[in-house]
Amino acid sequence: MISFERVSKRYSEGHDALREVSFAINRDELVFLTGHSGAGKSTLLRLIMLMERPSRGQVSVDGKNLATVGSRGIPQHRRNIGVVFQNHQLLFDRPVFDNVALPLVIAGYDQRDVGRRVRAALDKVGLLDRERAMPVSLSGGEQQRVGIARAVVAKPKILLADEPTGNLDPSLSAEIMQLFEEFNQVGVTVLIASHDLALISRLRHRIITLDQGRLIAGGAS
Amino acid sequence: MIPRRNKGERRERREGASESRARLRDQYNGWLHHHRLSAADSLSRVLESPVASVLTWLVIGIALALPVGLDVALENFGRLGAQWESPAQISLFLQEEVSTDVATELAGGLATRADIAATRFISREEALEEFRTLSGFGDVLDSLDSNPLPHLILVSPADEAGAAALRQNLEGLPEVSEALLDMEWLQRLESLMVLSRRLVQAVGGLLVLGVVLILGNTIRLAIENRREEIVVVKLIGGSNAFVRRPFLYTGLWYGVGGGVFAAALVALSLWFLQQPVGELAALYDTDFRLEGLGVMGGLNLVILGGMLGLAGAWLAVARHLVRIEPH
Repeated sequence: MISFERVSKRYSEGHDALREVSFAINRDELVFLTGHSGAGKSTLLRLIMLMERPSRGQVSVDGKNLATVGSRGIPQHRRNIGVVFQNHQLLFDRPVFDNVALPLVIAGYDQRDVGRRVRAALDKVGLLDRERAMPVSLSGGEQQRVGIARAVVAKPKILLADEPTGNLDPSLSAEIMQLFEEFNQVGVTVLIASHDLALISRLRHRIITLDQGRLIAGGAS
Repeated sequence: MIPRRNKGERRERREGASESRARLRDQYNGWLHHHRLSAADSLSRVLESPVASVLTWLVIGIALALPVGLDVALENFGRLGAQWESPAQISLFLQEEVSTDVATELAGGLATRADIAATRFISREEALEEFRTLSGFGDVLDSLDSNPLPHLILVSPADEAGAAALRQNLEGLPEVSEALLDMEWLQRLESLMVLSRRLVQAVGGLLVLGVVLILGNTIRLAIENRREEIVVVKLIGGSNAFVRRPFLYTGLWYGVGGGVFAAALVALSLWFLQQPVGELAALYDTDFRLEGLGVMGGLNLVILGGMLGLAGAWLAVARHLVRIEPH
């Protein structure tokens, strides 16, 4: 589903964020991505989302070489990927419902469909009764779950998460991870960047470890 | 797309075709819906800060009203000029000793000439009467012993180009003391009008450019205020058109509002001028009335405002949206 072949990324200021990274993630897999901060986790996710282009090597998503996706194809590419951000990236000027509905509005879903799907996603993360609430009135864990609902509402094939438990206490973090596992069980490919080794090593999934831009463990599935 | 599994491939393909048709219709509806949503959302954002919006509208309104108002004034002036701009006229002031009968005969004779279209005889008595009523110098005239005015024949040349030659010819007549061709000042007036139009056009062009820049700046601020939202929308697959749309509508609303204000300002200033102009016209014995923009003119102004708004927004969006990461 996601494959990196000898991918390097050097930023214009000369910093090597990724060096010759190769791995493949299969459909239906849940994989953790770990490493110290600055090891290249975020760069790797940014390459998958086409927020960056690799300096060398080839990134493929869902069988498609991303080098063939032009700038016009980027929005469509991103619609196939659900993303959960560490700082939620919710829009604080509108209620939970509108936040979750955003990907559907962007993709041009029918109005009736939007309501149905948003409620299904909110139900899944246990926030069905908060759809009219404003994000500020929610706790950190609830905000993150709204972020997750938004990431999955359009039923993407791939779910990326960048430090989704970064600001949460251990029990909330475990709940969030449980949610990701549930999505994985219904066929979504999940890639989670996290430095919370204590948490992710308990979960018995593959762990890809980066160190200073090099892949040092977990490359083979 | 929902990943479908455990289904026959053929069945999936057939369903896929009908589903993609349905999706296309959905997407069109969704697109329309987003246009409506953007338009309404942008309008409510504009109305949310009424003071700032009214100020913006006023600035645009004034900038548009100035050239348009000047143009309306010139139009009216031109209309006034048109009453005089009828073919050039030669005034023949006759010699003191020429009698009324001779003068009448001369007028009739001249009217038959091929190079003269028509003549009109104004006797010295008529001229005095007219002068008395129009000038307000009645008392002064009464104190005069004799009528100081000569007989006058107004000659309309058949051919305006030959008017100057005709004037010279007529001045040679023994009964005529002076022949005047009232054309030079008309020509001056005309070139003055051309110059004024040019000036209005230049000022108008500058102000229109100003409006576009003002709107561009307003939209730039709106973009800065919603930077976070733009980033999120781009990250979850919003196309550039999707991101652009609400800002273009914001520009449209500012422009349309500015156009409405401009039309109102022009109408207001005309209303303000109407009474003194009416009084002035009455003094000159004409029923001249100021003519405003009219409904169509006002509508055009609003449309022009809307177009300038769109242009300004487009400018701002093109310059500032691309700078917001990610691309």
